[in-house]
Amino acid sequence: MTKMTYREAVRGAMRDAMRADPRVFLMGEDVGRYGGAFAVSLGLLKEFGPERIRDTPLSESTFVGAGIGAALGGMRPIVEVMTINFSLLALDQIVNNAATLRHMSGGQFSVPMVVRMASGGGRGMAAQHSHSFECWYAHVPGIKSVAPATVADARGLLLAALEEPDPVFIFEHALLYALEGDTEDGTPMRIGEAAVRRKGRDVTLITYGGTLGKTLQAAEALAAEQIDAEVIDLRTLRPLDTATILDSVSRTHRAVVIDEGWRTGSLAAEVSAQIMEGAFDSLDAPVARVCSAEVPMPYAKHLEDAAMPQAAMIAATVRSLL
Amino acid sequence: MMATELLALPELQRDHALKLLRQMLLIRRFEEKSAEVYTLGKIRGFLHLYIGEEAVAVGAMPAFAPDDAIVATYREHGHAIARGIPAGAVMAEMYGKANGTSRGRGGSMHIFDASRRFYGGYAIVGGGLPIAVGLALADKMLNRPRITACFFGEGAVAEGEFHESMNLAALWQLPVLFLCENNRYAMGTALARSESETDLHLKAQGYHIESRAVDGMDVLAVESAVSEAAAAVRRDGLPRFIEFRTYRFRAHSMADPDLYRSKAEVEEWKHRCPIETFAAMLRSEGLLSDAERQAMEADVAAEIAEAIAVADAGPWEPTEDLTRDVYTPRQTRASP
Repeated sequence: MTKMTYREAVRGAMRDAMRADPRVFLMGEDVGRYGGAFAVSLGLLKEFGPERIRDTPLSESTFVGAGIGAALGGMRPIVEVMTINFSLLALDQIVNNAATLRHMSGGQFSVPMVVRMASGGGRGMAAQHSHSFECWYAHVPGIKSVAPATVADARGLLLAALEEPDPVFIFEHALLYALEGDTEDGTPMRIGEAAVRRKGRDVTLITYGGTLGKTLQAAEALAAEQIDAEVIDLRTLRPLDTATILDSVSRTHRAVVIDEGWRTGSLAAEVSAQIMEGAFDSLDAPVARVCSAEVPMPYAKHLEDAAMPQAAMIAATVRSLL
Repeated sequence: MMATELLALPELQRDHALKLLRQMLLIRRFEEKSAEVYTLGKIRGFLHLYIGEEAVAVGAMPAFAPDDAIVATYREHGHAIARGIPAGAVMAEMYGKANGTSRGRGGSMHIFDASRRFYGGYAIVGGGLPIAVGLALADKMLNRPRITACFFGEGAVAEGEFHESMNLAALWQLPVLFLCENNRYAMGTALARSESETDLHLKAQGYHIESRAVDGMDVLAVESAVSEAAAAVRRDGLPRFIEFRTYRFRAHSMADPDLYRSKAEVEEWKHRCPIETFAAMLRSEGLLSDAERQAMEADVAAEIAEAIAVADAGPWEPTEDLTRDVYTPRQTRASP
């Protein structure tokens, strides 16, 4: 066990991967000399040089597309897109090419590319740097999506992503970079497995990424009221670990899904539908959702706080089910 | 290579010229047959014909080695066939059959062949350019002496990805040969109605990429320009750009009523047909007799008939296999 920050865990995983495999390289805006907009790649340029730590122009579509091409050509690119909002400029390459090439070529080609990006709100960055579009990516077959919520997962899921033969998108909630925790250097992780972060009997709280901490806080607050909540961290958003969700709900009979995305068409909606389809008879209450308010993310702190899921809202929603 | 030079060429060169003619003819007859079977409902979806533009793919392809990569567009039957993909596999793909190049997953616009490093048809205009840049980046990083040929239409020049890709290829000094097929219409929009600068190859020069424009109706001019540019890319690893001035004789797709250009204009270009002008030149130089031309037509007709037979006989992919090839099975890791 080694104590470090989430940022250091991502950096360490990239460093270890690049040391182990000469095909692995990093490219993106300001990943080199600047050290990464969130300082994730700080120091890597010095160790690996500008060939493998590639600063790109502000051309999201083309450097993501070049990642696809490099993967087709035998490299194992890690592409950093500064924020999830910027990734919209690369959606053509992601949805029309990365996600389709395997299928469109009848299985002749694979795209072993990892794309990392910061997502989420809570930093006063307003409506063009703060959103959570993870569910848009999770909607698309042909790519996999993961959202590490812990320091150990930041490392483990990145290393697991690099083992995948298909494109993997990693969403790193920007508020998590400073999070401290332990990484386990032992067992390799697998994409597609959710984790039960807290065992409980009365209700299942299902979340991912930046809202895991708030959900655990809510669970602690509820524990003081003798409400015993189980907390599931999805970790992988596609393919969803439906079995773990249904197993938990079949024991607790209640579920609340917490998601920083907007409610309409959210990942929370998908999870809710899967519970309805797979555990309807187990439910003692309707599945509830705590999502972001349906507004572009506002700038002022009190407005932004009100727009995003908070521990108190989660706890209140749970109480309303009991 | 000029016609007068051809006269002095040895038998080998004459064979090469006849091979170019035969390939153009094969593509022309393949496309005509495709249009015919489309109307019979054998091919569905979109069908974009290469008729009129054959000299570009046929003239360009000899410059590329088996190890080089080819990236094409949704009008790519000609490129696929010129690269050596059997006409039957392309036709079977358009029939949606399991013996098609993509087992019926791609269709006319998405022909792929890993064994020939044919990285596909891209149906989002400009979408193939970043991929070509990435393929070349991999070659550069792995120190492989290969180049990537990237075909695209003049419509792509209006896309942001075109400019981003020009910049990145030049900035990172990547071995890409950009091959712009300027057939003068982006679907129905004439070049002058969509571009402030219609001399397209000049745009590449803005990115410090050496470029030139070539008569895309002249297969020998195409061959000479591409072979020179490909050799230059191979030599110094820097990108090059060629604009081919060409014309499609048929509508944009089978769905296009072709209302945006005059019949007179189309007829005028048909006089410059790359096949007939080349055949006439070979005939006038005494390199192609009428009997030889007829024999070539018969030979091509037999190959097309065989392609249709392959497509007709091909099995349908079982619907139970609908979701195969969305993800890669874990045991077969992607190979370089």
